[in-house]
Amino acid sequence: MMAEGGLAALWFAAALAALQLLLGVLALRRGHADAAVAIRAVAIVQGGLAALAMVALIATFMASDMSVALVAANSHSMKPWLYKFAGAWGNHEGSMLLWVTILGLAGAAVARFEHRLPRSTLVATLASQAAIALGFYAFLLFASNPFARLSPAPPDGAGLNPLLQDPGLAFHPPTLYAGYVGLSVAFSFAVGALVTRDVGPAFARAMRPWVLGAWIFLTLGITAGSYWAYYELGWGGWWFWDPVENASLMPWLAATALLHSVTVLATRDGLRAWTVMLAVVAFSMSMIGTFLVRSGILTSVHAFAVDPTRGTFILALLVLYIGGALALFGARIGTVRQGRLFEPFSREGSLVANNLLLTVILGIVLIGTFYPIVAAAFGTQLSVGPPFFNSTTGPIALILVAVMAAGPLLRWRRDDPNEVAGRLFAPLAAALFAGAGAFVLGGPVGVLPLLGIALAAGLAVASVAPLARRNLRRAPLHLYGMVIAHLGIAVVLAGMAISSAWTQETLIAVGTGDPARVSDFTVRLDGVRPVVGQNWTALEGRLSVTRGEDAPFVLRPQVRYFTQPVTSTNESAIATRWDGQLYTVLGALGDDGRWQLRLWWKPFVTLIWAGGALIAIGGALSLAGHQWRQFRQRRRREEEAW
Amino acid sequence: MVKRWLLWLPLCAFGVVIAVIAWGLYQPADRTVRSAMVGKPLPDFALAPLLPGKPGLTSADFRQGKPRLLNVFASWCVPCIAEAPQLMTLKAAGVPIDAIAIKDTAPAVTGFLRANGDPYARIGSDVHSRVQLALGSSGVPETFVIDGRGVIVAQHVGDIRADDVPGLLQALADAR
Repeated sequence: MMAEGGLAALWFAAALAALQLLLGVLALRRGHADAAVAIRAVAIVQGGLAALAMVALIATFMASDMSVALVAANSHSMKPWLYKFAGAWGNHEGSMLLWVTILGLAGAAVARFEHRLPRSTLVATLASQAAIALGFYAFLLFASNPFARLSPAPPDGAGLNPLLQDPGLAFHPPTLYAGYVGLSVAFSFAVGALVTRDVGPAFARAMRPWVLGAWIFLTLGITAGSYWAYYELGWGGWWFWDPVENASLMPWLAATALLHSVTVLATRDGLRAWTVMLAVVAFSMSMIGTFLVRSGILTSVHAFAVDPTRGTFILALLVLYIGGALALFGARIGTVRQGRLFEPFSREGSLVANNLLLTVILGIVLIGTFYPIVAAAFGTQLSVGPPFFNSTTGPIALILVAVMAAGPLLRWRRDDPNEVAGRLFAPLAAALFAGAGAFVLGGPVGVLPLLGIALAAGLAVASVAPLARRNLRRAPLHLYGMVIAHLGIAVVLAGMAISSAWTQETLIAVGTGDPARVSDFTVRLDGVRPVVGQNWTALEGRLSVTRGEDAPFVLRPQVRYFTQPVTSTNESAIATRWDGQLYTVLGALGDDGRWQLRLWWKPFVTLIWAGGALIAIGGALSLAGHQWRQFRQRRRREEEAW
Repeated sequence: MVKRWLLWLPLCAFGVVIAVIAWGLYQPADRTVRSAMVGKPLPDFALAPLLPGKPGLTSADFRQGKPRLLNVFASWCVPCIAEAPQLMTLKAAGVPIDAIAIKDTAPAVTGFLRANGDPYARIGSDVHSRVQLALGSSGVPETFVIDGRGVIVAQHVGDIRADDVPGLLQALADAR
């Protein structure tokens, strides 16, 4: 019953999306004022119905209704409740339903709360949202129905991929999808503005919170995903340049560029065409990301079902939306009035440089990700791995960091190089000091880690510089947001550089009681014993670890065996200290009765995720700051009007 | 003012990306890793013997003027047991077969050969898979056809089935 209710809600939502599109066209073509009013109500109800369908799916999963094909294929009645709940989107159909649910709710929020835009632009935006939603409803209803029934119902389900049985899964896909969908709203705003030829600061201010929100979610999603891969896959790495990781990185890069260019448009009325272009690119990257994950076109650690039909469907949507938007761009942007100009040596100039560098990195990642397909077209089989990505994007990213450090210290419109040199003195000194210090203390490491450490120090100093000589209590919240986000990048960079330069690794076979050493830790295997979990059994090693004079502590890495479906995973055990992490993995038992142990000491690796969190917090402060200021301005205008 | 045609450039770039993706989508998914070494001379190697009375293997052994098969196997590999009868058939047909044993020990290989037959003239021991990787082999079993001058002319990935035998014999004949 629940499943049928959900399916009905989905059909109604799809019908309303069609109506929303129709109303939009009527309002814009014929100038129907009623249609322009009705479209808001329709958008709100459409969002509500999509959410209702999602709730119905979650309820079916919680009830373990095995007569629903999706539940039978992906769940199991013995699973802990959290994974039943999260299992609703831990599969293809459910995750696509989550996609449209967030899309519908975002459209509803635009319809309900957006008051800054001219009415025609808002109507065009809502119509564009409806067109996107309609495509995904069709995809769900015709190619991946989450509510399909099985007859006869199996006695129990097949279970969930054990790698995904992790609390992180409950939040990872919703976070990334919120990011993707936020970019779809930015895209719809851009299409709306192109349709009405109204690309200006008002449009940018309406778009900014969505871009910022999407960017915060993408940052969180990437950070959390990276930590998940780090401790769950048991390889000790935090970024693998896997196609699916790239799929989340590319929209983030585009969103970062868009975030900065939309700020120029909102405050200085510059970069009109570029901002529209980036909004289209950012959303196309999220669609390509969805496509990469869902079509299985590239081999990845995220081994999702391979299904060319679904791939074709998403590809068709991609062609329709992005192709359409780019055609509209080509036809229309020439007729949009040019924005204000600026000198190259200025805050705007540095933001343009930042944008170009981000775009170049995006291009490299895109080419690297799809190059295996291009090569296959010419009959060569290859895969593109970390050496390519690190050596190409690394140096450009370092240049980007340098520009990023200088940018906020420049004035808008134009600036004087001599004065800027004075402002850059402190960051430069910090960079030189840190780089030289690392070189002297750390011994011979590569050039890139040293440069990374130097730039991280310089960027950290430069990031807080805008707060110098300001009244800290009067400084606007969004300025704090920028400072913290930039500081976060410095922290991430420091974590990457330090851990890549000074990580130590030991792979050793030990008998019970034998000591193994890594860095200044001594690890002793006390024994291995079987343990039992709710739906798994495991061999658990007990490791006694000592470090110098510190109190000894115990780590318990596991090899876990799941029965539904049959798989094993390595559960690493990690000890976090202020200066890094000890990462331990239990391997196989050798013929001689000794166990393989893999130990890593990763100095300051935690900074990578701490920095990611700082970046997101900075984004949140900036979002709150802008919204609060606009709220106050509106209040003041209303009071004056009174 | 920007030239008008430039504004259509993004659409064209997008078209190229889509064309690539669409092409890739309709390629049959072939996840076999083929060696880039086919058509090239064997990399230089010298592997120690694993069993008493059975010589080790060096790349010079393949430059004696007659084509040979090079079988990459391991005693712990189940498909290697499956292909053992076919290797015995090839041996009976007069094909010289050499082997590289991957991550293996003498007692294990002795047991394996006793149970499944011994088709090998020489066995080199590659404990760390170094030579295997240099050959461009990604797993066991794999079989390479080497001509009389030490050039790799063909690669067979996976276990040799009965209907693969004529093809291998043909490849050996062509390499003559």
